[in-house]
Amino acid sequence: MSVSVRIPTILRPYTAGASEVAADGGTLAEVIDALEVDHPGLKARVLADDGAIRRFVNVYVNDDDVRFAEGLATATPDGTSISIIPAVAGG
Amino acid sequence: MTASLDAASPASPASPASFGPARELVCRACGATFALGDSYACMECFGPLEIGYDFGTVTHADIETGPQSMWRYASLLPVPPDIATRKNLSPGMTKLVKADNLAAALGMKTVWVKDDSGNPTHSFKDRVVAIALSAAQELGFTTVGCASTGNLAGAVAAAAARAGLRSCVFAPSDLEAGKLVTTAVYGGTLVAVDGNYDEVNRLCSEVAGDLGWGFVNINLRPYYAEGSKTVGYEIAEQLGWRLPRQVVSPIASGSLMTKVDKAFRELVGLGLVEESPAAIFGAQATGCSPVSAAWAAGHDVVQPVRPDTIAKSLAIGNPADGPYAIDVARRTGGAIADVTDDEIVAGIQLLAATEGIFAETAGGVTVATLGKLLDAGLIDPEAETVILNTGDGLKTLDAVAPVATPTVTIAPRYAEFRAFAEEKGLR
Repeated sequence: MSVSVRIPTILRPYTAGASEVAADGGTLAEVIDALEVDHPGLKARVLADDGAIRRFVNVYVNDDDVRFAEGLATATPDGTSISIIPAVAGG
Repeated sequence: MTASLDAASPASPASPASFGPARELVCRACGATFALGDSYACMECFGPLEIGYDFGTVTHADIETGPQSMWRYASLLPVPPDIATRKNLSPGMTKLVKADNLAAALGMKTVWVKDDSGNPTHSFKDRVVAIALSAAQELGFTTVGCASTGNLAGAVAAAAARAGLRSCVFAPSDLEAGKLVTTAVYGGTLVAVDGNYDEVNRLCSEVAGDLGWGFVNINLRPYYAEGSKTVGYEIAEQLGWRLPRQVVSPIASGSLMTKVDKAFRELVGLGLVEESPAAIFGAQATGCSPVSAAWAAGHDVVQPVRPDTIAKSLAIGNPADGPYAIDVARRTGGAIADVTDDEIVAGIQLLAATEGIFAETAGGVTVATLGKLLDAGLIDPEAETVILNTGDGLKTLDAVAPVATPTVTIAPRYAEFRAFAEEKGLR
């Protein structure tokens, strides 16, 4: 199952500059594992040592913040688009 | 007239960038350091980057002989030394109003209102924007933007107009009419987004990454956020170079509250004020109270919410600095509470009726929360207290329009007025 993942500027060093990459996986956790295979080092930027999404990272699955959904267990059916965005803004 | 937005930016700055006493960017979460630039998230952990300084010696006289604007603190900010002579709106040095009537109404001894509705575009956002636009120019950006809950959009559009920069600002389309008008009038591009602030913010994060524009509260955020420190500097100076015992600040992203605390600590570190306890309290609207909810639950992590409140300028459901606001309240002996929309309106009315200050909804949140914290015994009524009014009630007329109406409508005849006056006992 293929999904597309938008990569923020800060993570593009891991994707050879690509702003969007494809990955496989039925859940967000599986997609992140797949990203790590193709782009080593990326997973540790998105997930903290305890395996949870980092405090300052927002991940959206089809426009929904996964903190409002099932977190890393959020389903990512074929054609899903995922965005990873630094949570540093506001005001 | 809207300028075309297709030209690429940033261009190369003409001369080496100047950020005054700023030396580097430091990750507030993990401490990693980076060169001054347009980075805003830590390459190691995504944490927010802050400015690291080398202040040297700063005296009262240095500041007191400076301009009657926030630029009197230029030596404590990431701006060039000649910032006061450049094209900007020179915000700051707003009134610190001794609010004896409000204090009496609340049963308190000494209350001050730091009234930032007196800024050029009538909110405290002029402070943060002034620094962000200086940084934008130093870094070579020619287009600036923001994700806004209203006040920021107007502040960016106005300051960009004066600085000769192009602006493209984004805000939720359901904002108060007063905030859309007071942004659009400055002639930049205003993008109204059918979504809430957090959705606007997300959109702008993606735009900032791809278009090479300077978004004041995204890729210029480390500079931008420092502008809020000047609220704290001014309070201390206006009190005669000392810290107030208690401060009540509204919380949207949480940045203002944390920067007021930072300002106080910097003044102590520089020997400009004596160290004394200064408890910082946070105020939210119940309809968007993720930080207050986390505080009440004893959590360090702020669970995002979907906002639903008349206090639209505070309607950030996923506040980036929420955890730091909690840290500040805990460390300083403060607290965080929230108030309902009805209480917000009552807070606006109380401040207006006691002090002649018409605050926007965020100010109503602060006044009402002060009352709530007093009732809960969390604020000491005997201790000197400063509350922050961050914006102007003229921008949020809808919030009070239903309860702020003519007392009576009469024909232009003396007899009619006499009858009304007698009925009401007016003489």
